[in-house]
Amino acid sequence: MVGGGGTIRAFVRALSGRRAAAGGRGELSCCTGALLNRNGSVRLSPSSAPTDLNGSMVTTRRLLSTSQSSVDPKELRKFQLLAHSWWDEQGEYSALHSMNDIRVPFIRCGFEDGCFYGDTVLNMGSTYQRGSPLSGIKILDVGCGGGLLSEPLGRLGASVTGIDPLEENIRVADQHKSFDPVLAKRIQYKSSSLEEIVEESVEMFDVIVASEVVEHVADLEMFIKCCCQVLKPGGSLFVTTINKTQLSYILGIVVAEKIAGIVPEGAHDWEKFVPPEELEHLLEANGFSVKTVNGMLYNPLTESWSWIESTSINYALHAVKSGGQAQTSQTEPLSEMESEQCSATAGTSV
Amino acid sequence: PAGDARDVTSAAMAAACGRALLAPLGARMRACPRAPLRSLTAAAPLYDVVVSGGGMVGSAMAAALGHDIHFHDKKIALLEAGPRKEYRLPESYSNRVSSISPGSATLLSSFGAWDHICSLRCKPFRRMQVWDACSEAIITFEKDDLDDMGYIVENDVVMSALTKQLDAVADRVEVFYGSRAVGYTWPLPSHSCDTSPWVQIELADGRRLQTKLLIGADGHNSVVRKEAEIQNIEHQYDQSAVVATLHLSEATDNNVAWQRFLPTGPIALLPLSDTASSLVWSTSHQHASKLLSMDKESFVDSINSAFWSNVNHSDFIDAAGAMFRSALSLLKPSGTAVRQLPPSVAEVDPESRAVFPLGMGHAAQYVRHRVALIGDAAHRVHPLAGQGVNLGFGDIACLAHHLSAAAFNGQDLGSLKHLLRFETERQRHNVSLIAAIDLLKRLYSTSLSPLVLLRTWGLQATNALPPIKEIIAAF
Repeated sequence: MVGGGGTIRAFVRALSGRRAAAGGRGELSCCTGALLNRNGSVRLSPSSAPTDLNGSMVTTRRLLSTSQSSVDPKELRKFQLLAHSWWDEQGEYSALHSMNDIRVPFIRCGFEDGCFYGDTVLNMGSTYQRGSPLSGIKILDVGCGGGLLSEPLGRLGASVTGIDPLEENIRVADQHKSFDPVLAKRIQYKSSSLEEIVEESVEMFDVIVASEVVEHVADLEMFIKCCCQVLKPGGSLFVTTINKTQLSYILGIVVAEKIAGIVPEGAHDWEKFVPPEELEHLLEANGFSVKTVNGMLYNPLTESWSWIESTSINYALHAVKSGGQAQTSQTEPLSEMESEQCSATAGTSV
Repeated sequence: PAGDARDVTSAAMAAACGRALLAPLGARMRACPRAPLRSLTAAAPLYDVVVSGGGMVGSAMAAALGHDIHFHDKKIALLEAGPRKEYRLPESYSNRVSSISPGSATLLSSFGAWDHICSLRCKPFRRMQVWDACSEAIITFEKDDLDDMGYIVENDVVMSALTKQLDAVADRVEVFYGSRAVGYTWPLPSHSCDTSPWVQIELADGRRLQTKLLIGADGHNSVVRKEAEIQNIEHQYDQSAVVATLHLSEATDNNVAWQRFLPTGPIALLPLSDTASSLVWSTSHQHASKLLSMDKESFVDSINSAFWSNVNHSDFIDAAGAMFRSALSLLKPSGTAVRQLPPSVAEVDPESRAVFPLGMGHAAQYVRHRVALIGDAAHRVHPLAGQGVNLGFGDIACLAHHLSAAAFNGQDLGSLKHLLRFETERQRHNVSLIAAIDLLKRLYSTSLSPLVLLRTWGLQATNALPPIKEIIAAF
């Protein structure tokens, strides 16, 4: 998509985590932003959780992601239309493609001492000498969508498991990786929610990546607890999300909805944005220690991302699970009630 | 006819480049032929990068990537139509030589080829004198610290060094000798599940390859460029270059490159050793064939007279030039140079005389989705500035840098994002230089007084201004 409208839309897409329509429309969640076409009707992005759009305000707690019965077939069709846009670098998801330029170095640098992920995408200041920086690392990409982030991580040597509640996204991701034999081996995709894999993946992953996901999660603390469960001690959690500030309100909602008129009013739920302080607090309380928080900025004219001091709009965070110290201060698995909550709420993430 | 074509060339080139740069992105993604079905391509081996063309630029590109740390797990292929040549350094010098700039030498040493070249044969030069046949104006270039300005190296020596460095990374770079690519199939930009996203290459012997990125280094008649339907602005100069290996009358500290602009074209003497120099004489087609067919003594006489004779001087120009020079020496006492004369030539190596036609060309775009052009495939210049292969090496340095960064970020190597960055960087550098060379060629192809006066004064003024000379030398 080129042209002024396109860049503004891209800017908006980058800012908006997910959109929860007020006034009776169901809660929509997606990791790239719900895309509203010019008529103002809502198009759900492929990774939206299925919701009932027939007027009742559905609380996400009740839904499991794989429950198909509450999904409106009309919306599914819209997902399918958008599902093909994942890999169009100039298309709807161009901002996410550009985001790889900074989030991949951010993740890669988590493994190197003294590495600076730099102020430009061409920064080669790393002292890392080996060619595959992530070789042997097991990564879980929560809310992988079409696999935009999973593939670069796979190319750098990691074994990636990508999960997404929407089957269509997984289908697109699987099909895209299938042409590259190296990636086909290194990446596995599953149509699933986080809690569905918790039982079978306790302490299995070195890294969890939750990029543009936590602003959709209904119960953030549960999500973090589940992350803690599947991470090895000392493992890393990388999050990119949107801050809840006046600035993100102005840019993400006022500019995009009221001025540019691309997004219908009330489509964003600024309330669901997560400030870094809150995220840090939750992480520290649940067995993580936060290593880095850094602000990100999208320039819609150059269609590129850069690191900035301020975390007022978008930001990236790196936390490490405390090694040796069990999560939630006990080594037994979560109690039944907690597991159930974990399943109910984490399922709507992504 | 030919004259009109030349007149619009530089302007057309700049305009086309400007238009191309502003062209919507969509146009680049528009692929030509058909993408093959998945079933057909399943068997063809998949490479990360295929370089088409095993000349100096193509081989250096493959070697640069092969030695890059971030390509250690990648598969690279180099396609060369000719056979593999085992090189043994002959006594006599080859007649095809190149002037290698310090920047190119840095690139070559980055993957270990420069050491091989130095151990074989290469001649550094410290000064360059360029002067006009129609006036006394001269311009000399030399580095302040008396460092080497450049190196004259035989093309065979460069190729031998590159082949050695390719052998050193044979586990990553596969060289296909005797393999000419006869067909390319381009992927659709957003593929569906039954079409392959990779570039398909068909070789003359029927073998097929697939690649994520195709680099076209196949010369000024590039097949890659033609098949990708990239528009090329080109025209043939009405000049051919005569090359030969010459022996000097007496041994001398041969570290100066000489070039004199005759009305028919520039003649250059490039040092090979203390007793030998290489000739590159760009002149009209008829004169070139005459030079080729005349006997050795007449040939040598023509060369000496071309450098020494003042027959093209006119009193008017001489007086005007002298006046300007004295004015300059008032303003800038150190700014005028004494014209030195090149060494005289005694004989020419038998069998070393050859001629090849000259032309100019520039591709409107250097990149497409999964395709990049480098070297003569992207741009072709007149040898008067000794820049041809250096532009190609500059392309390599830039493209290798961007590809290395992309690999380090796990990106798809054929993605237009970084290919466009390469193109912008190189076009910015190349277009102005190519236009300047073309302009110089046309400016110096005449003996009309006004233009001679213009270039005389221009040359004298430029010679007096070190900052401008530094800018020129930096290219």
